[in-house]
Amino acid sequence: MARLTFMGGIHTFDGKDLSKDQPLVTLLPKGDLVFPLSQHIGAPAKPLVEKGDSVLVGQIIAESDGMISSNIISSVSGTVKAIEKRLTSEGKMIESIVIVNDHEYTIIEGYGADCDYTKMSKDEIRNKVKEAGIVGLGGAGFPTHVKLTPKDEGKIDYVIVNGAECEPYLTSDYRLMLEYPHLVIGGLKIILSLFDKAKGVIAIEDNKPDVIAKFKDLVANETNIEVKALKTKYPQGGERQLVYAVTKRRLNSKKLPADLGCIVNNVGTVASIYMAVAKSTPLTHRIVTVSGDAVANPQNFYVPIGTNFEEIVEAAGGFKTQPKKLIFGGPMMGTSMFTFKLPVTKTTSSILGFIKDEAAVEESACIRCGRCNEHCPLNLMPIGLQMAGIHNEYEKFLKMDGMECCGCGCCSYVCPANRSLTQTILQTKQVVLSKQQEHHELHELHKNHAENK
Amino acid sequence: MSDFYNVSAAPHIRSPISTKSIMQDVVIALIPASLFGIFNFGLRAVLVILSTVLACVITEYTYCKLMKKPITPGDYSDVVTGLLLALNLPVSIPIWMAVLGGVFAILIVKMLYGGLGQNFMNPALAARVFLFISFPARMSSFALERINSPGVKDFLRDGALVLDGVSGATPLGQLKAGEGVDLFKMFVGNIGGTIGETSALALLLGAAYLVYRKVISLRIPLSYIISFAVFALLFGGNGFDVNYLLGQILGGGLIIGAFYMATDYVTSPSTHKGQIVFGIFLGIMTGIFRIIGSGVEGVSYAIILGNLLVPMINMFTRPKTFGKERVKNG
Repeated sequence: MARLTFMGGIHTFDGKDLSKDQPLVTLLPKGDLVFPLSQHIGAPAKPLVEKGDSVLVGQIIAESDGMISSNIISSVSGTVKAIEKRLTSEGKMIESIVIVNDHEYTIIEGYGADCDYTKMSKDEIRNKVKEAGIVGLGGAGFPTHVKLTPKDEGKIDYVIVNGAECEPYLTSDYRLMLEYPHLVIGGLKIILSLFDKAKGVIAIEDNKPDVIAKFKDLVANETNIEVKALKTKYPQGGERQLVYAVTKRRLNSKKLPADLGCIVNNVGTVASIYMAVAKSTPLTHRIVTVSGDAVANPQNFYVPIGTNFEEIVEAAGGFKTQPKKLIFGGPMMGTSMFTFKLPVTKTTSSILGFIKDEAAVEESACIRCGRCNEHCPLNLMPIGLQMAGIHNEYEKFLKMDGMECCGCGCCSYVCPANRSLTQTILQTKQVVLSKQQEHHELHELHKNHAENK
Repeated sequence: MSDFYNVSAAPHIRSPISTKSIMQDVVIALIPASLFGIFNFGLRAVLVILSTVLACVITEYTYCKLMKKPITPGDYSDVVTGLLLALNLPVSIPIWMAVLGGVFAILIVKMLYGGLGQNFMNPALAARVFLFISFPARMSSFALERINSPGVKDFLRDGALVLDGVSGATPLGQLKAGEGVDLFKMFVGNIGGTIGETSALALLLGAAYLVYRKVISLRIPLSYIISFAVFALLFGGNGFDVNYLLGQILGGGLIIGAFYMATDYVTSPSTHKGQIVFGIFLGIMTGIFRIIGSGVEGVSYAIILGNLLVPMINMFTRPKTFGKERVKNG
């Protein structure tokens, strides 16, 4: 079967063998749990508990605040110790609810009850997804109930389940698909019930042939679900690349997949939709990969959100060698942090410990080899954008479509001169965005001023 | 155990290919041609190679030192320039001239314009043209006979002895005069010419290695050679004469130019479309210089002229950003 793919991209050392064959291990936290109020794109959640309150497993401890926001659910029972700023794996200090675990795991009423989603209305399903605090677990953290409520529902003809897992070293989606495929298929059926005309596609990179075979077998009798093999190439799981690979439709930064008739969700998200809707279990846990050459026993853990990474690393046998670099998320797009005493959030898919820091190299002169152009999945010219960024030439940056950059990191990866292309481009993008914002605000101010005169 | 780890922005991994590894690959690819040059023209070729390479490396090092810049030799790009220059010189060239060429390539063409990546012409080629314009007689005396037992004295002299060994015209001269050429000899390289340009076999061997290592793509060399062949077919005055066409392709510096000079990253377009445009431009220009013009240095002049157009070609062939094409979606 022809494998679906996109133009550009890279083949890296994938490192998945380190952790892919260890079965999932469930971990119970020992210490306090930390729930940052902002674990998603959009407005931070508003706390519903105060210091000293006791909470239960499955209880909403902070509710979504505004159109794009998400509930935060407690994953343990215990007492609220504090609501204070805590450091997260994204490197930000974020207001967080700290809960002391009573180790009883007393559940809230109705938690885990079976529900027949076929008897629920579309709004009831969407509401359950919203209540459950589900966001995109692939890393972006976009609130899922918003994604499931597109402007034009009738236009959706593809529901794509993203099982690419193209980031090197990560195997959490792989373990989930291998061990709990029925959760993924169940979740997909629930999403499909929201969109009458849509066809379901489960897209998986062909470096996971066992999973592809398993899913093909399981959906053999489903009329509107298809399993498609993707070519193994980074960033195959990127939204624009995936939508193109499956449908040949071309997204840009200004368009949502729904504008082109697609709903794209990561396998982890789809499984949690199933748990929330059919099993009344909100998003309290996630799968985390612990890997990298510095880790003693690389493997995947099923952990309560809020657990400290220190406990997870310990459970994986700790570090056999002192790592030089710690990465949360994949090595291509994750964040490196100076410490690992940080809480698991909805979007942290992994902790990687590396003995060597490959990125710790001097930048040298560009030799104009054109590798960055060639590998850019969006056809941009990264070196031109970097130079525009360095020289503060924002007009030129905009003209060269710098705002389209998805930050996949391919250009920096392939650059033989080790230039920090992705880094400079993303930074310039931020500067341009804030300048545009500033300009907009100034404009509003002038307008108000004129009106008040 | 310290609790602090390296922090940097993503991505955190890098491909093993570096500027140095690329330049090393080019040096490796030039080994067959260099060895054949030494075999074909005798040990004096070693002396020419060593003098240009050393001249290039020492010039770059001294420049960096004097200008208090980071010392850049070590990335092998200067070695590549030196080696390419030597392969583009006749074996009989006086050593001081070869050294002058090396200094010119690095100092004038490369470093004064800002060093690696900033030169707008291929340094080795610019030096070859510089030497050709300055010393046309010396530069176009292509020895065909080896000096089999040279004394040290002959070695260091300006090559007067070798000059005596010149016999007959080069294959391109023969073609121009309407004579047939020995294609097999030309393919193997047992003909007159500069040290490294004669053996198509050795050059193609190296080029195959570069393609295999993904250092170069075939876009520029193929579009160059094919468009030149088409030009020769149309305007060569010989119609579809295989001996003439292949003779034109194998003769002179076309193979070394197409695979090693025109593909120089710094001075060739970086877009796929642009590379093909560039190749076609070179093919047509080479045809004009060789067939319609006087017939000397066609490849060198064509590539240097092409180098000057690179920024413009890049600008006009920039690919459309993904998702922003005018084509309708769906």
